[in-house]
Amino acid sequence: MSSADLDASFTVRRSERFTLRIRLSVPPGRTVALLGPNGAGKSTAVEAIAGLLPVDDGQIELAGVLLDCPRQGVFVPPERRRVGVVFQDYLLFPHLSVIENIAFGPRSRNMGRKAALARAQEWIERLDLGGLEHCKPRELSGGQAQRVALARALAADPLLLLLDEPLAALDVTTRTRLRRMLAQHLEQFEGPRLLITHDPTEAFLLADEIYVIEAGEITQSGSAEDILLRPRTPYAADLAGCNLLVGNASRGEVDTGTHVLHIADTEIEGPVILTIRPNAVSVHRTPPAGSPRNCWETTLERIEPLGSRVRLLTGPPLPLAVEVTREAADELGLGRGSRIWVAVKATEIGVQPDGAAAHITREGEDRP
Amino acid sequence: MTARASRRRRAAARLPALLWLPAGLGLTLFLLPFAGLLARTPWRDLPVLLASDIVTDALRLSLIASLSAAGIALLLGVPLAWLLARAEFPGRSLVRGVVTLPLVLPPVVGGAALLFAFGRRGLVGEPLYDATGLLLPFSTWGVVVATTFVALPFLVITVEGALRNIDPRYEGAAATLGAGRWTVMRRVTLPMIGPSLVAGLVLTWARALGEFGATITFAGNLQGRTQTLPLAVFVALESDRDAAVAISLIMVAVSLLVLVALRDRWWRAL
Repeated sequence: MSSADLDASFTVRRSERFTLRIRLSVPPGRTVALLGPNGAGKSTAVEAIAGLLPVDDGQIELAGVLLDCPRQGVFVPPERRRVGVVFQDYLLFPHLSVIENIAFGPRSRNMGRKAALARAQEWIERLDLGGLEHCKPRELSGGQAQRVALARALAADPLLLLLDEPLAALDVTTRTRLRRMLAQHLEQFEGPRLLITHDPTEAFLLADEIYVIEAGEITQSGSAEDILLRPRTPYAADLAGCNLLVGNASRGEVDTGTHVLHIADTEIEGPVILTIRPNAVSVHRTPPAGSPRNCWETTLERIEPLGSRVRLLTGPPLPLAVEVTREAADELGLGRGSRIWVAVKATEIGVQPDGAAAHITREGEDRP
Repeated sequence: MTARASRRRRAAARLPALLWLPAGLGLTLFLLPFAGLLARTPWRDLPVLLASDIVTDALRLSLIASLSAAGIALLLGVPLAWLLARAEFPGRSLVRGVVTLPLVLPPVVGGAALLFAFGRRGLVGEPLYDATGLLLPFSTWGVVVATTFVALPFLVITVEGALRNIDPRYEGAAATLGAGRWTVMRRVTLPMIGPSLVAGLVLTWARALGEFGATITFAGNLQGRTQTLPLAVFVALESDRDAAVAISLIMVAVSLLVLVALRDRWWRAL
């Protein structure tokens, strides 16, 4: 265990009915995702680790320093924790320009104004924000604001980087592009990285290890493979249905070897990993109207009930796990061997360069 | 532009005609006194009148008292607003009630209360006089105390409202960036409430400038020492109508100036 680790094992009681119990550790240079549905307690975990909310029991330790431990009467206030946070809605200071926002951290740590601005300028270059130095946050696009928030957190020279739903506020196209940018910068940050997200795509593509959190409890942890192959709860099982594909991207198209898919990101080139949520795929008995660009005919290979929904497995050219409601399945009269048309919107396909997430298994292996 | 104008016309057309009459009467009630004042103004003698000792003494005193009141309000009112907005303590609503009391209390009553507290035989006034020889009533300091007493609530209420309106998570974000409480207050909270703070200060100052009842009750009406502009108007009405009109004109001009300057910040905030 390295001395730069984040080690957290704590309890926060938010109300009579909700208690958050967290036990996780993040080594330096690794990204851990805390993945869970809304209301699972993810934001409470962020606040506790950042020092904005004291824990009720247990302890938080970062880089060998005890930050919070009620039993020993230890509580290090947020300003002395050196935990860099990228907040979900960024919380850029509205009265400060971009460069002043980024210089805020260095200045708060007693750096002179000039030195702090020079430091901020470096981060502006690094995150490709040149030209926006003197803009106010309200003049920025969502993607720009996100990068400023990341620059502001990193410029404060944190020991731990906490990202709270860093991409949730962005539209699908921007999200894909920024996820790539985020992967690069996460890799460059040497300390432990903790990513909070409700989006399995984000967790699978950005994190080395995933902790699944549901109703305040961590229900499972492990690599993306572990969770995809051996889901322990219905929620994780749902995540496991996520389709992962590999292919080669060029000008908004990805060739998987057996089929070509259109994606929203037209800039990405080279080997990529694609994720498609099973409920993002629509199923038809006849060619669907409106001619969606990703649409092909295939055979229904397997059909299994999943509560009020039905999980389908489609055949060549591109095997996919698909989820539809039971009513829809009945209405379409689906059965094994049915000829069907499937369609996926380009914007529903998650795209990530291969390599940034090389640990993810190849297509097909992740399905039971 | 034409579309907007026609839309506005249509909206106006939908108002019942019956509304126009009382609305017009209300407006007249506001405008007529000013018309009367302007009609009565001795424009030719105005420069001489405004240069008279009574007027210049009163103007000087009014500026000293109102600016001091605004300054003291800034020093005492902001922390008080902070406490009311952010601190949890028993009796907070009682404290808020006490702070806002001067808003509804007749200023004369306020002045009388000040007299009982700081007068020669007052609760605090007597030991204060015995110890230091300082006597607040009928002194310029007394004017400052009286105007501050009446004007302070404007600042407290404006700033407290602004503090309640900003998202405290900004302060949390600043803390994670290494800012201690003092830095957070100085670099995040205060700038974020800046416009409201300015509006509150100007309102406080304007209220202090117009203060009459508490001042005349507590500090008396001594030219050059406690006679502010409103007091001078009151006296001049009995002796020199032209001077009263001239001073009134100054006060109307100042009030209008303040309202116009604040129109965007304050009225929209309301």
